[in-house]
Amino acid sequence: MSLEAIRLDGVEKSFGAVRALAGVDLVVSAGECLGLVGHNGAGKSTLMHVLTGTLSPDKGNLSVGGSSVSGEWSAAASQRAGIRCVFQELSLCPNLSVAENARIMHKPLSGFGWKKRASDLIRLKLDEIFPGHGIDPDDEIADLAIGKRQMAEIARAFTVMSDPLRLVILDEPTSSLDAVTAEQLLTYIGKETAKGTAVILISHLLGEILSASDRIVVMKDGKSVAERPASGFDRTSLVAAMGSEGHGAHAILASVQTSLATSPILVKAHPDGSSKGQELIVRKGEVIGLAGLAGHGQTRTLLQIFSHDHASVEAPMSFIAGDRQSDGVFNLWSIARNVTIRSLKSFTRFGLIDPAAEASMADEWKSRMAIRTPDMDNNILTLSGGNQQKALFARALASDATVILMDDPMRGVDIGTKLEVYDMIRKEAANGRSFVWYTTEFDELAYCDRVYVFRNGKISDEINAGSISEERILQASFAESAA
Amino acid sequence: MINRRHLRAALPFLSLAIVLAATFYVQPRTMSYFGLNLMLQYAIPIALATIAQMFIITVNDLDLSIGPFVGLVGCISATLLLNDPLLGVLALLACIIAYGLVGALIHIRNLPSIVVTLGLSFVWLGIAVLILPSPGGKAPVWLKAIMSFQMPWVPLPIIAAILIGGVVHLALMTSSLGVIGRGAGGNPKALQRAGWSMLKTKVAMFTIAGFFGVLAGLSLLGLTTSADGHVADRYTLYSIAGVILGGGEFIGGRVSPMGAVVGALTLALAGAFLIFLKISPDWQIGAQGAILIIVLAMRALITSGEARR
Amino acid sequence: MNAALKRLGDQPWSWSFLGATAVWLMTIAFTGGQGAGEILTSALSFGTFTIIVGLGQMMVITTGPGNVDLSIPATMTLSGVIAMKVMDTDSANMLIGIVAALSASLVVGVANYILIRLLRIPPIIATLSSSFLVLSTAISYGRGIRIKPPLPLADFATVRYAGVPVVAVAVLGLSILLALILKRTIYGRTVLAIGQNERAAWLAGLKVKSVRFATYLLSALFAGICGIVQSGFSGGAALNMGDDFLLASIAVVVIGGTSVAGGKANVPGIWGAALFMYLLVTMLNIFGASPGVRLILTGVMIISVITLAGGEKTTR
Repeated sequence: MSLEAIRLDGVEKSFGAVRALAGVDLVVSAGECLGLVGHNGAGKSTLMHVLTGTLSPDKGNLSVGGSSVSGEWSAAASQRAGIRCVFQELSLCPNLSVAENARIMHKPLSGFGWKKRASDLIRLKLDEIFPGHGIDPDDEIADLAIGKRQMAEIARAFTVMSDPLRLVILDEPTSSLDAVTAEQLLTYIGKETAKGTAVILISHLLGEILSASDRIVVMKDGKSVAERPASGFDRTSLVAAMGSEGHGAHAILASVQTSLATSPILVKAHPDGSSKGQELIVRKGEVIGLAGLAGHGQTRTLLQIFSHDHASVEAPMSFIAGDRQSDGVFNLWSIARNVTIRSLKSFTRFGLIDPAAEASMADEWKSRMAIRTPDMDNNILTLSGGNQQKALFARALASDATVILMDDPMRGVDIGTKLEVYDMIRKEAANGRSFVWYTTEFDELAYCDRVYVFRNGKISDEINAGSISEERILQASFAESAA
Repeated sequence: MINRRHLRAALPFLSLAIVLAATFYVQPRTMSYFGLNLMLQYAIPIALATIAQMFIITVNDLDLSIGPFVGLVGCISATLLLNDPLLGVLALLACIIAYGLVGALIHIRNLPSIVVTLGLSFVWLGIAVLILPSPGGKAPVWLKAIMSFQMPWVPLPIIAAILIGGVVHLALMTSSLGVIGRGAGGNPKALQRAGWSMLKTKVAMFTIAGFFGVLAGLSLLGLTTSADGHVADRYTLYSIAGVILGGGEFIGGRVSPMGAVVGALTLALAGAFLIFLKISPDWQIGAQGAILIIVLAMRALITSGEARR
Repeated sequence: MNAALKRLGDQPWSWSFLGATAVWLMTIAFTGGQGAGEILTSALSFGTFTIIVGLGQMMVITTGPGNVDLSIPATMTLSGVIAMKVMDTDSANMLIGIVAALSASLVVGVANYILIRLLRIPPIIATLSSSFLVLSTAISYGRGIRIKPPLPLADFATVRYAGVPVVAVAVLGLSILLALILKRTIYGRTVLAIGQNERAAWLAGLKVKSVRFATYLLSALFAGICGIVQSGFSGGAALNMGDDFLLASIAVVVIGGTSVAGGKANVPGIWGAALFMYLLVTMLNIFGASPGVRLILTGVMIISVITLAGGEKTTR
């Protein structure tokens, strides 16, 4: 068996204007645990999808076990080559038992007595990885707590029947595990790699990465920017590697506008619903940033505020989605209709919408947001992604809302559009509108008056403009070990 | 430890027990071999149709054509099967294959099964009416014999119900292939990622449904002895209600074969119960709706008590 | 001219009208031109009732996948029965009869929504179960001698001017009203928004729950209206009067170009589809085709239309 489990040479992948992978060179050797770290948008998950065959790269070469597979790679091929992946969204059938889910992964588990063989297979592996796990192979997935589900899926990924195991990718595998089971997993990784299996470990818990990996690769902006044996890194140097060298960002706001300190409070919220822990406060005219790693409670807090759940809000609100398809865009409608939908009341007379008034609102915002389209009555999907996002902005700004919640809306938008929108946000704030802005990009926090950093669902730090630095944000985002 | 899921699974059996007890209370004479046999007569075809529907629901689809299909099978069997057995068998086989093809069409074009099976129901009915413009035909002798067979001790419908439920349970809930079928309803993406073909799975499940539909039509003909394209029109709604009463869910691949059979029995029984209560036949169908609502309300209560995961 | 034709072709409803015209032409070609007008008139006459319930069903289906109202035939029957009984052939009781019947229909709508919302029963099962109860109520209340409708109601339902049924004109008015509601009211916009993307609609500040509620009420109301008018047309409320209308109400929605995935409603399409279906039936009858052939063709038509349209394209 080759000494190389997988090798990527110059792999590139773009989604429209977004360069997810900008030329990645990566080698994982047999029997090695590679730790992969990086901030949001670094390209980690795109890379994993390329490895497991669910995405094909635009450029570059992929070799498995020393031989190139470019051009004939697929999910099925990846499975046969012995590559398994445990993604963050679990791949289990909730209506089936643990043993039955194991059966789904392994075709040979059929015929008479399959259930016993499947149960034994998964139980043995669970015992091997997580001694004392308390999971019965007959337990239905939906009945298991999320931690146990994750354990089941991890164990399943390591089970072997006919195809030998070459590489197991673990994407934030301890996110739902408690300290004990997380430790058990990390120990097991060492045992598994000793057998010759390669492991890629993606985690935001630096302590884990440092203790479990043989080598660590840091990714940023779709490229690998640092690579050293794990012993060559410590927490500080890792954080530094993830940050930028000579980053062009500069604080747009040198200090908090003093006038804001006395502005009326419009929003008071308790993230995670708990009454202890820091409160989130928004004043009139403030632009509040929500930072931290993706999925640490920022979106949930925005939705909480929107639903008045454990939050008191003294103003009409509007929501700008980041996931356009699922939360924002009405696919069948024109741009104009998508823009005006939040403001219908303002041009309704005697119960009827005034088409002329609607059209003029659409036109007004076309020019104010500089939406690039020949006709606002064209279908919304004729717009580029960035312009669609502008339309969603227009929807919120055109409304009567004075508090605007933004769920990472500039994700994947081109830089030109971004700058136009940032400008608009500051102008609106100067006119008294407030923004609560969850963003996964550090640069954008420079436009905020205050930033709350989220970690594990709670606020871990509150930073004023002028004190905002990437270093400080990163420190607050990454924990020493599982909380 | 009895968790809520067990409570939900027990619900259909509880409902049946309650309806049975109520029936015996109101009319003690039904507590006999003869009485039970009479009340539960039509339970066999209803249970078979319900199982057919269950297979479709397992893969997150819905079949609005099972009723007319059952009627069609009866028409084919009362004419073709009777007079030319070979042709009759081929025709029934074609029906089963047709069901499989519909499953393929639905998967390949990603169609809403409600609309497709709605159109299909017209097609089945039309063919049935072509074969038998008015009720007629005769049930083959062997069919009549099977359906009127007097089992010792326990009435045939009960034995048959247990048998049907048991066999399907073994096939769907304990076999390794059954896992794939249910997985297709639980997480189709995961199934595909693991290398299984959703197309093959859907076609298989629809074909099996067609098979049980044919069995339902045959058994019904054995009871009514003459065929009518419209005789099983209600079976569509009964079959859906039976699956849901039995603890099945529309989405998620969660079904219970024994529960479905029990649900079908309960519905069949409810009608008889109401006759004994001297409730006018006008309210028979309404009561079935009420039973459905009550059972679902209880289920909602139990579910809302379940801890949110 | 070409541009105008292309725009016409792009409208989803134009196909159903095209189909209807084609069928009509084929029919009169067969009869040598005889009875052309009468065929149209009777298609309008019969089709009108399907259109009324089709409009209500369209609104429900438009609110998103999984939403369908299976209680329409039952509501229709109940409404007809109540109307006839309360009116009791006396035209002086017409208004109160209508109010009683429509109130009962609204109660059904409320009941449906409670089942769906409170008991979290899927709309199919919820409206199915309620239809059982409603039908039973109708049957038991309506047992007995078939009561004739008051003369003005019967006239309204059957009279024609220059070959055009009066009731068709009224339903046309209703359709135009509904189309206006869809296009120009906040309620209408919300229905279309919910059907496209319920979550986005909520995040855009729309009142999703109330609009859903109103829509089930609307469907029940239209079923009620249909029941009253149909009773006037048929000389009384028959207890099986709703039988054909369940599948028909869904069929005209689908064939008329309303998306089953929700978010796109097509009012003219309902008309085109209803005319198409009734003209097809007439044509087949005139051709001497057996009822079996008619049924098969109806089914094949529905399947073909949805197959050609294809299903929801997954955006993920």
